[in-house]
Amino acid sequence: MIPIFAYIEHQAGVADDTALELASAARAIDSGATPVAVVTGWGKDLEAVSEALGPSYGEVWKIAHPELAYPNAELVRKALLNVLPRGGVVLAPHTHFGTDLGPGLSIKLNSVFVSDVLAIEGAEGASLKIVRQEFGGQISAQVRCDISTGAVMNIRPGAFKPLEEVRAVGQVVDKSAEAGELTARRRYLETIVAEAADVDITKHQVLVSIGRGIQAEENIEIAEELAEALGGAVSCSRPVVDAKWLPKSRQVGSSGRTVKPRVYLACGISGSFQHMAGVKGSPVIVAINKNPRAPIFQAAEIGIVDDILEFLPELTERIRNPQTEQMTRKHFA
Amino acid sequence: MEILVCVKRVPDTSENEIALNPAGTDIERGDLVYSVNEPDNYAVEEALQIVAKVGGSVTVATVGSADDEEILRREMAMGAKNGVLISDKAFEGSDGKGIATILKTYVQKSQFDLILTGVQAEDGAAQVGGMLAAMLDYPFASLVNSIEVDDSGKLKIGRETAGGNQEMNEIDLPCVLSIQTGINEPRYVGMKGIRQVASVVIPTLGCSELGLAPNTVGEAAAKVKRLNYFVPALGKGAEILKGSREEKIDKLVGLLKTAA
Repeated sequence: MIPIFAYIEHQAGVADDTALELASAARAIDSGATPVAVVTGWGKDLEAVSEALGPSYGEVWKIAHPELAYPNAELVRKALLNVLPRGGVVLAPHTHFGTDLGPGLSIKLNSVFVSDVLAIEGAEGASLKIVRQEFGGQISAQVRCDISTGAVMNIRPGAFKPLEEVRAVGQVVDKSAEAGELTARRRYLETIVAEAADVDITKHQVLVSIGRGIQAEENIEIAEELAEALGGAVSCSRPVVDAKWLPKSRQVGSSGRTVKPRVYLACGISGSFQHMAGVKGSPVIVAINKNPRAPIFQAAEIGIVDDILEFLPELTERIRNPQTEQMTRKHFA
Repeated sequence: MEILVCVKRVPDTSENEIALNPAGTDIERGDLVYSVNEPDNYAVEEALQIVAKVGGSVTVATVGSADDEEILRREMAMGAKNGVLISDKAFEGSDGKGIATILKTYVQKSQFDLILTGVQAEDGAAQVGGMLAAMLDYPFASLVNSIEVDDSGKLKIGRETAGGNQEMNEIDLPCVLSIQTGINEPRYVGMKGIRQVASVVIPTLGCSELGLAPNTVGEAAAKVKRLNYFVPALGKGAEILKGSREEKIDKLVGLLKTAA
């Protein structure tokens, strides 16, 4: 039985939702697995998280060090290399931190690395089969990994259900003394918090969200008019911000804002998981996209295969002039 | 500063619908439009802006075949001084670690102060940059969205983190950074630029030039292998509206009225 370690992300003394998802992922690798939770940090917050994980994980390895108060992947990697045995599987969430940690950690551990794992289909000896996606989620792939010298795996947040088992006993093992000397050639300075903006998309019930399909800055007006007709606001996905057509404060996604509207119109948005991770609360999602294979059509409730540049203005017109519908019917009745 | 930017030629997701081929063995590649991986292009632009400020030159390199030379030329048309095609039959079928091993060997034969990659390739796993850094024992940072250079031998960099926040770090040179889209505005490459580099020689480096043992890379050495592509059994998915545009709008307006 291969030892499995789950790296736990946490903030303000509370473990991230991914903590229990990793425990499920461990079970998918080996149904009898008793994974060890590994938590790094410093002070009361670390103590709180470590204690809270006991019932779910059975064994929690705590690594406390003042240099680890902020999770700098370069330092966390060093600590893990000093603490973890070789040959095991290390699971970490596929997040801004996990993806920063994983590849380099796999090289130093001399194990394989797998990124953005959606499903684990089973292990046969030293061979593990997993599922991941390519091309922004347009296609899936089965991948086989030789885990004879271990593996580091970044698990897609939300891909596994949180493990709900509760154990009678959970022990916290203090591994801090083994962390070693923690200096690195990359040093954390500070976090610059995202700017507040004139339009707070997190406060709107109806969002007209635009992606690459808007094609040009001057077309954004089409979305603004629809938003106005619906009493909502315009939000967007990454490409629109990269092109500098809208400010970052309008971006929905794991690297942008989290929104909880009642209605989310995804217009010309492909629907990558990073984008959809920012849409919470189960709104009615309507997707309008020229590409019938866009991943957004999996996430949406209603789908329309059409060019937003033609569809949106007509939609706005209908919403503004409901009489038009009746007129048309009268004309051609 | 001598900067290496590792680039990759990929099917352009914004221009293509990615579909399974009829045999179900690969994606349908017949009509695909290929281009330089978008984050890699941002990385080249960033490198060019850095050398414009502090001097030096930019080298673009790719591990691939003759088909991939066109993106090296395009990035040279953008302003990169050198292009290197790293190619050998023995490299075929390499996994991410194999690619990183090949690049490591090239870097060790050269003198680069800074190595950039794009954060992730369309058909990739956001891994080569981090692996390369670990192999070289250089510090690494991913998702870099700002770089400040001075003459201190260190860089001040910003990393994109959750919620639109930016994590500021100081990192020693030499280092490896993976670059996120939106860090800058890549310059336009016109026909004139392309013509100017059309006959520039792009050297090809293979196993023997790099001093690489063939059994350390390629298919045989790969421990992570893609078995197939597939379209997953569609779950619930969206109800795709049928009919004329007018009929779809009718239905949608009705639904929106109920929802809002």
